[in-house]
Amino acid sequence: MQQVKPESKSDSVIVAENLTKKFGSFTAVDRISFDVKRGEIFGFLGANGAGKTTAMRMLSGLSIPTSGRGVVAGFDIGTETEMVKKNIGYMSQKFSLYDDLKVWENIELFGGIYGLKKTEIETKTDELMRALNFESERNKLVGELPLGFKQKLAFSVSIFHNPQVVFLDEPTGGVDPITRRQFWELIYDATSRGITVFVTTHYMDEAEYCDRVSIMVDGKIEALDTPAILKRQFNADSMDGVFQQLARKATRGDI
Amino acid sequence: MIRYLLRKEFKQLMRNPFIPKMLIGFPLMVLLVLPWAASYEIKNLNLSVVDNDHSPYSRRLTEKITSSGYFLLTDKSAGFKQALEAVEENRADIILEIPPRFEKDLVTGRGTKLMIAPNAVNGMKAGVGMTYLASIVGDFNSELVREIAPAGSSTASVPTIQIDSQFKFNPHLNYRVYMVPALIVLILTLLCGFLPGVSIVMEKEIGTMEQINVSPVPKAMFILAKLIPFWIIGFFILTVGSIIAWAAYGLVPAGHYYTIYLFATVYIITVSGLGLIISNYAQTMQQAMFIVFFFMLIFIMLSGLYTPVESMPEWAKWVAAFNPLKHFMVVMRSVFLKGSSLADLSVEMYALLGFAVFFNSWAVISYRKTNN
Repeated sequence: MQQVKPESKSDSVIVAENLTKKFGSFTAVDRISFDVKRGEIFGFLGANGAGKTTAMRMLSGLSIPTSGRGVVAGFDIGTETEMVKKNIGYMSQKFSLYDDLKVWENIELFGGIYGLKKTEIETKTDELMRALNFESERNKLVGELPLGFKQKLAFSVSIFHNPQVVFLDEPTGGVDPITRRQFWELIYDATSRGITVFVTTHYMDEAEYCDRVSIMVDGKIEALDTPAILKRQFNADSMDGVFQQLARKATRGDI
Repeated sequence: MIRYLLRKEFKQLMRNPFIPKMLIGFPLMVLLVLPWAASYEIKNLNLSVVDNDHSPYSRRLTEKITSSGYFLLTDKSAGFKQALEAVEENRADIILEIPPRFEKDLVTGRGTKLMIAPNAVNGMKAGVGMTYLASIVGDFNSELVREIAPAGSSTASVPTIQIDSQFKFNPHLNYRVYMVPALIVLILTLLCGFLPGVSIVMEKEIGTMEQINVSPVPKAMFILAKLIPFWIIGFFILTVGSIIAWAAYGLVPAGHYYTIYLFATVYIITVSGLGLIISNYAQTMQQAMFIVFFFMLIFIMLSGLYTPVESMPEWAKWVAAFNPLKHFMVVMRSVFLKGSSLADLSVEMYALLGFAVFFNSWAVISYRKTNN
């Protein structure tokens, strides 16, 4: 486990110190500590039930930690949840745009929620539609789009307000390899704009795309480093090999 | 920010394949059909007569009863036991047993006894049937007294008390006049009270609620955006209801429309707050619907819609006092029928205002964007 160095702190967008979440007697997240630097793609790996989503919900202000502390975008996740929410983007495991609103209406709604001005929303919508090659879909109801389109749109909406950090919870679940590839291009594009990406995934090839990867087992972080160092450390030729070694130790199944 | 949220709500409402139809269909159905079908007036009671006398008098009494229009003579039995079987088989609701020597005892002035035995499985039907039958027999009796007694004899000059009844505020005791204002209350409760709650639970199920919770939308604003469309719908329905009351039943409030709209405003806010509380505690649509049914049943039964609150036991009166439906029903009936003003209904106004503040504060407090 990495120690947070004092000098790196100012550059950290996410800091977690002994973050813990208990549900009754069950400890979903057990004293995890890490920091994520600005502009980094931080992969958050773990088997089902390892506690990834719970940790992510705490970091995005949806859930208050039982103990420990965390700072996201400069705000305390225990006491300044609404300020945290202003400065982050979030894309949940469940698709969560409005199916019964059109593409542009969803963008307008979330742009408006984050306080963007009307003209700003309009110009940015035009740009986005061009960039995604979505111009013909602009007036379609989101519910009518194929899943890959929806996921790309959901991601674009989650970073529409230029947050400091975006949290992605298994964003590419169920999409085809080509769309996944395009999706990761969008992620790289976001980091080039200075947005920090915090992403959970089950695809080990995607883990290789991350700057740093943490692997959670039974609520604890068992490994955290760049993919290259982790592979060397665990004597594996792929991240899959690293993950297999660590995840096999898990005692808790799906929850 | 709120206008974006409002735009979303209106678009979603209009695009919903079901709700706009229900908003029109439900009030029309309830107001145009139910007052004609669900009537307190008891008609067509099936009568079983056990005539042990077979005299002209007994036949005359039977004829008088059937010609009243309230009873159908569906069974003639030789004995009470046989008549009871007819009741068991649902061929008769009420038994009238005429004793032997009925005519003879009447003519000789000894007096006689009739037995009326209603099927009390439906208590109200039995009670009303009994009363009708008794009053017809009473009529028959006074007819006989006049006939039998020779002119100028002492029996005819016995002073009798005649009751002259005058029904106030509803002179013809028209059931519909009484029901329509109450039904408007019921529609408002269902549509404005529970639809916004249901729409929040739906967002929870779909997952969009989490996307809202992770955004900086202030919770009161999100709730307000959910409520405002339904408030507008509420006024629309109230207006449609008032038009139907006038067009279909000639019912115009004896009081002022503004009294009605004023109370409706407070009432709609109250019940929509209640719906929100339910949505905050229910995780799934199933749970929400079940809680809604639970409360609706209690609210309706203890509202005075069917049975007057005054005749309920003490504990039930207390429950009813905390039932917003009851208060608004009192208001609607009083304004429509008696022409009551705001001053006459100040108790109800304070009660509804209290509920509005209480329910809505609870709703805002119990809605959590961040879970523990």
